[in-house]
Amino acid sequence: MYWGIKKMMSIIALSFLLITFLNFRAGRSKALKIRENTTIHSLPEYYGYYTAFWFLIPVTLIGISWLFFSESLITSFVLSNLQKEIVNFNEIQTLNFINGFKNLSEGRNITGEISLLLKEAASLYSYFSTVSNTLLIFACLSIGLFGFYISINKVSSVFQARNAIEKYINYFFLASTCIAILATAGILFSVVFEAIRFFGLVDLDDFLFGLKWSPQMAIREDQVGSSGAFGAIPLFVGTILISIIALLVAVPIGLMNAIYLSEYSPSNVRAYAKPMLEILAGIPTVVYGFFAAITVAPFLRGLGEFVGLSISSESALGVGLVMGIMIIPLVSSLSDDVISAVPQSMRDGSLGLGATKSETIKKVILPAALPGIVGGVLLAASRAIGETMIVVMAAGLSAKLTINPLDAVTTVTVQIVTLLVGDQEFDSPKTLAAFALGLTLFVFTLVLNYFALRIVKKYREQYE
Amino acid sequence: MNNINSSDLSVTKLIEKSLEKRNQKERYFRIYGLSSLVIAVVFLLTFFASIISTGYQAFIKTDIELEVFLDSEVIYPNGTKTAEDLFFVDYDSLIFTSLKEQLPELKNRNERRQARLILSSGASYQIQNKIIKDKSLVGQTVSFILPLDDEVDMYLKGYVDTESSENSRKITDFQIALVENLNKKGLIHKNFNTTLFVSGDSREPELAGILGALVGSFMMLSITFIISFPLAVSAAIYLEEFAKKNMWTDFLEVNINNLAAVPSIIYGLLGLAIFINFFGFPRSAPIVGGLVLSLMTFPVVIIASRAALKSVPPSIRDAALGLGASKIQTTLHHVVPLALPGMLTGSIVGMARALGESAPLIMIGMVAFVVDIPTSITEPSAALPVQVFLWSDAPERGFAEKTSAAILVLLVFLVLMNSLAIWLRNKFQIKW
Repeated sequence: MYWGIKKMMSIIALSFLLITFLNFRAGRSKALKIRENTTIHSLPEYYGYYTAFWFLIPVTLIGISWLFFSESLITSFVLSNLQKEIVNFNEIQTLNFINGFKNLSEGRNITGEISLLLKEAASLYSYFSTVSNTLLIFACLSIGLFGFYISINKVSSVFQARNAIEKYINYFFLASTCIAILATAGILFSVVFEAIRFFGLVDLDDFLFGLKWSPQMAIREDQVGSSGAFGAIPLFVGTILISIIALLVAVPIGLMNAIYLSEYSPSNVRAYAKPMLEILAGIPTVVYGFFAAITVAPFLRGLGEFVGLSISSESALGVGLVMGIMIIPLVSSLSDDVISAVPQSMRDGSLGLGATKSETIKKVILPAALPGIVGGVLLAASRAIGETMIVVMAAGLSAKLTINPLDAVTTVTVQIVTLLVGDQEFDSPKTLAAFALGLTLFVFTLVLNYFALRIVKKYREQYE
Repeated sequence: MNNINSSDLSVTKLIEKSLEKRNQKERYFRIYGLSSLVIAVVFLLTFFASIISTGYQAFIKTDIELEVFLDSEVIYPNGTKTAEDLFFVDYDSLIFTSLKEQLPELKNRNERRQARLILSSGASYQIQNKIIKDKSLVGQTVSFILPLDDEVDMYLKGYVDTESSENSRKITDFQIALVENLNKKGLIHKNFNTTLFVSGDSREPELAGILGALVGSFMMLSITFIISFPLAVSAAIYLEEFAKKNMWTDFLEVNINNLAAVPSIIYGLLGLAIFINFFGFPRSAPIVGGLVLSLMTFPVVIIASRAALKSVPPSIRDAALGLGASKIQTTLHHVVPLALPGMLTGSIVGMARALGESAPLIMIGMVAFVVDIPTSITEPSAALPVQVFLWSDAPERGFAEKTSAAILVLLVFLVLMNSLAIWLRNKFQIKW
């Protein structure tokens, strides 16, 4: 039955496309008819586009907004119809109830026994779904045909269809650009609101400057540590420790790579090295994480045992090493860009005065390229701080305030993942803490990126 | 005269001496550069060696060939021959009867129990499915290729240290002896592991496959492409061809550049808070994953498309405008077609990045254990990189090689996508 609905939906969608095409034909043939007697402003196709547009766009807009809002609307209808029965449900019960009747009405298997109430809700849900589907089709059809009616009446010898179409296309371009702003706004809304709720429960000072992080809330009130502690300093220190190790690996190697490739290497070495770096850049982070956990961590621990050091199998060192290798290509390609942007005349001047190549690089090129390189390093740092999979798979979970690279530390991203994976208690500070951490991460990386990009841009303009 | 000569000589000596030092430094610097490159190469080689050496055996699986007598008295105990009965038959006992024929040495209950555990728990489903497909097989003796338990599989692939004490491993000495016995009889075969490619996730390593994850990833990538490519290209056209240089455009530009550098986990938070909690989209569904990945890929494609549009020389625009084309006609009929290969290349690279992305998908609940192959974009589904993450966490040793195998499949897809991008670039790129 569920499959039947899907089939019907695709048939309806196809017929709407067919109607759009017919509208196009109608608009065009009206324009052609007018052209038999007098001149028209645009090519006949544009009149067709115009009429088709006024059918298709309202239909699409209604369809998309229905896609986004119908689900929550129908659910709230069902719940308000059953208000009396579920009045003493708490939030989790309500959510389970909602999932239950949705699954039931869609014919999926559900665990647990099916109560009468659930059955009633399921039938209500499918009833409202049918009503909403039918309403949607009629709304789309009537509004779309109304649009078509208006637009085909506009088709005349004086109507400038091409200009109208071009105006719409221009609006579409502008609107797609604004999605970038929508995305930023979406990110801000999603983290800021929940973070504000979190800071209603936990003091901002405690969060930013607290030294203890243990988000596990006890179930009973009288249990030890029942309050949970949300001091994020250990997470910040862990994140920064791992990022510094990563940068210590990536910056020298990446920079030397770039220098070697742009100043020294014969072209055949370059031809092989560049794609190799691209492969390194293209490896998914989850794969790096697996490598860190399976190969690097045991190797380091064995090495530590050999030397007589106790290295944790989730040590910051191992994670930082692998993360450093991950960002080598980023540092390398950014530095390569800035080094090749240094004008050739500066190199020639230095070499002409008798400096060796390495002296030219160290004394002339690198100082000239420094702002660009700093920008690149900042971008790499932001990448390291926001990196998730490597640390989730290879770093520790317990928040320990230490700067010993051989110890296990945890990071902001690890905590976000652990807090949000699995069963979530809504509104508990534990869940909301993830969003507060997300906000901190977003603001921090945003500032880093903003300054990094500005520095790089300024630097480029300097030599253009 | 003499005096000057000698000082001249000493200066020359001094310079020669320092020159030697400087040349030495030059050589060292060169070696540093080369060694940094070598480190990267060594890492890449270790990386591939480690993944391939742990993963290649996962493409092979060990099966046992058994002649199973499909006893109609066991299959239809009540005498009624209804189709529903076939779901409740104790197929394990059928398999075990035929296994006992091969292993007459089983004496007591404990030994029989151990012998039963040699076969995978999925073996009975294979028989069930075959009978349901062809009911006339009942009453006959049919030869089946049945999967072995993952621990036996590991033993046969040489991962188990037989010298270690019996308590430290999951396969007993007795089971090893039985397996060796069966192996000697030529009943155990090594075949290409088709299960890996035709089934969904499972708790049993020998039955787990990546098809569900592949289908989920494919759905998400399709959604990502359908949504982000047209929108990002339009945005790039607007910024490159139509926007006037003012505060608003600067703001947009800064915005897009920052979006491209936002950590991916933040996009996951956005998906969770907005798509799932606010709009009520289903958890772990490809539609949400696709939307989140589209938002992530959007700025990447914009940046690539702008570069492609920039590379179209202004003379093309001038010629079209000079012949009376409108601004939109110039752009859509002349500039965009010329920039399209570059745009496609950029978007394929962006899609390849989206394919390997797992952090945002974990946030929207795609870590759920999903056995079924998804058939629509609103059903719960897995994704290939998340499957890697899930398997890497599993305690069974059988999943370690499965993880590497899934990584290899993921890397193959990434290589294919990137090669497609490079091919497009080389085939259609115009050197102006």
